[in-house]
Amino acid sequence: MCGIVGLHLRDPELYPQLGRLLETMLCQVAERGPDSAGVAVYGDRRRCPEGHAAVSVLLPMAAGAPAPGAVSAAVLDAARAELSAAVRAALPGEPEPVVTAAGATTVIAAPVAVDTLVDAVRRSAPAAMIVGSGLDLTVYKDVGNPRDLAVTYDLANAQGWQGLAHTRMATESAVVPAGCHPFSVGPDQCLVHNGSFANHATIRRELEAEGARFDSENDSEVGARFVAARLAEGVDLDKALRLLCERFDGFYTLLVTSDDGFAIVRDAIACKPAIIAETGAWVAMASEFRALADLPGIDTARIYEPEPERVYAWHR
Amino acid sequence: MAPLSDPGTVDPATVGGAAVEAATLTESAADGARTAGTVTFDLAATTVRALNSELHAPSATSYEVLRPQGAHAIAAGVHAPLTVDIRGHAGYYCAGMNDGATVTVHGSVGTGVAENMMSGVVRVRGDASQSAGATGHGGLLVIEGSASMRCGISMKGIDIVVGGDIGPMSAFMAQAGRLVVCGDAGDGLGDSIYEARIYVRGAAGGLGADCVEKELRPEHAAELAELLTAAGIEPTGAYAPTRFRRYGSARRLYHFATHNSAAY
Repeated sequence: MCGIVGLHLRDPELYPQLGRLLETMLCQVAERGPDSAGVAVYGDRRRCPEGHAAVSVLLPMAAGAPAPGAVSAAVLDAARAELSAAVRAALPGEPEPVVTAAGATTVIAAPVAVDTLVDAVRRSAPAAMIVGSGLDLTVYKDVGNPRDLAVTYDLANAQGWQGLAHTRMATESAVVPAGCHPFSVGPDQCLVHNGSFANHATIRRELEAEGARFDSENDSEVGARFVAARLAEGVDLDKALRLLCERFDGFYTLLVTSDDGFAIVRDAIACKPAIIAETGAWVAMASEFRALADLPGIDTARIYEPEPERVYAWHR
Repeated sequence: MAPLSDPGTVDPATVGGAAVEAATLTESAADGARTAGTVTFDLAATTVRALNSELHAPSATSYEVLRPQGAHAIAAGVHAPLTVDIRGHAGYYCAGMNDGATVTVHGSVGTGVAENMMSGVVRVRGDASQSAGATGHGGLLVIEGSASMRCGISMKGIDIVVGGDIGPMSAFMAQAGRLVVCGDAGDGLGDSIYEARIYVRGAAGGLGADCVEKELRPEHAAELAELLTAAGIEPTGAYAPTRFRRYGSARRLYHFATHNSAAY
């Protein structure tokens, strides 16, 4: 099944409320995906201060943990402290990195370029899985009930200009933090997927031949890598998703975000649900209307369902 | 929740989080056939299960549902001639399997409104998501706004009248009943259709396999006028039956053809 929610704020006055609105939306799709929940927030300055790059990682002992609390907090805290020290050593002359926890995820932020920080984290913890990186993006993943995870992530107090969340009912790979959406494989990019790709193994091999390296066995990661490869070639989000429609078979409703964009596409059969609502203050997307029901101004919003194989994209 | 009626009186019709609004007593209450007034359920304060339990063993004839907030299965499985007014947007399978009730949604609905309806009337004042009226055997489904994909999929006798457009792949494998569309129809209309009749006032994006346009004869104009009237649309002027086109089955997929034997 799976549930998707996303919110792209147009009105800066709402930025302080992003987390609270997103939490309400997420809880309404909890039943659609009760095994795990992942969240991406653009502009959460608690975890990615202004002028910093942030890298979200799953440390090796957390990435494959089958249940919340399977790894003791003490073990995880010790590993985080170790990572923090190693990253600081890898970035001489820089202040101590800002290290925060969000469920199984660890977010490291430092006032350096994104690539520099990603490289430092890779060298410091070669076995860690990087689940997000960028100047604005922070990603939180864990297994468990989405309502509990919203509290674990302290989502209600997150601020920012854009966010998305995914509740997962696993079909193609294991229920572990590493299998959680969103998949973020390019700077400030995220993809969440409801459905299942049919030809992902073929496309995975093609992307691997082009040099892509995969972190998981998940079919949705193939979609994310495909979009990232197209964006890296210089095409825009709209075109990248149209190319995805041409290449991928299977069922999908996708929400894809970038450092300035928010885009939605569904497959030709469009049996995976999606509903969009728009006002002057925000654009929101969800698997079901009930996730949108409490948004401010929903009564006068333009509400519609995206058509099959048509890309809907908004930019800041 | 606090009952809307005088809290000092114990009303037998107050059930499972519902409250009887004394001011809106119905005709049947005067008959004494039921305890009845309009029983109101506020879904912000009680559950869909409590509502549906009451509707399945009704103590009144008229119900109102407040703050539905897109909840699923509202008024599903009603098997009595009740009136149910839903004030807001409903989620999946609203009024599913309806048998005899008149359900009005004063808002939009999610997937599968009135799916497998047997009889009665379901009216949606807003839009409907996918698979509206799917597999319906009877009754009338009116969608005043537009319906999304697969409207009337596998319909088996239901009548559906849509004030706006319908999405792609509608009336797929439709077996019986009538589908009236006052706006446009999306691609793949009536794919693999059996004997349902489709009337479209606007453009049909593309016809599915074995679906063809057919002559709109006087008997069709007459049934179309009847359906529009039942839906509350005056069948004159821009909505006159002659403004519609009729689509149905070419009946080429009905029988086994020897030249297809290699396909099995």
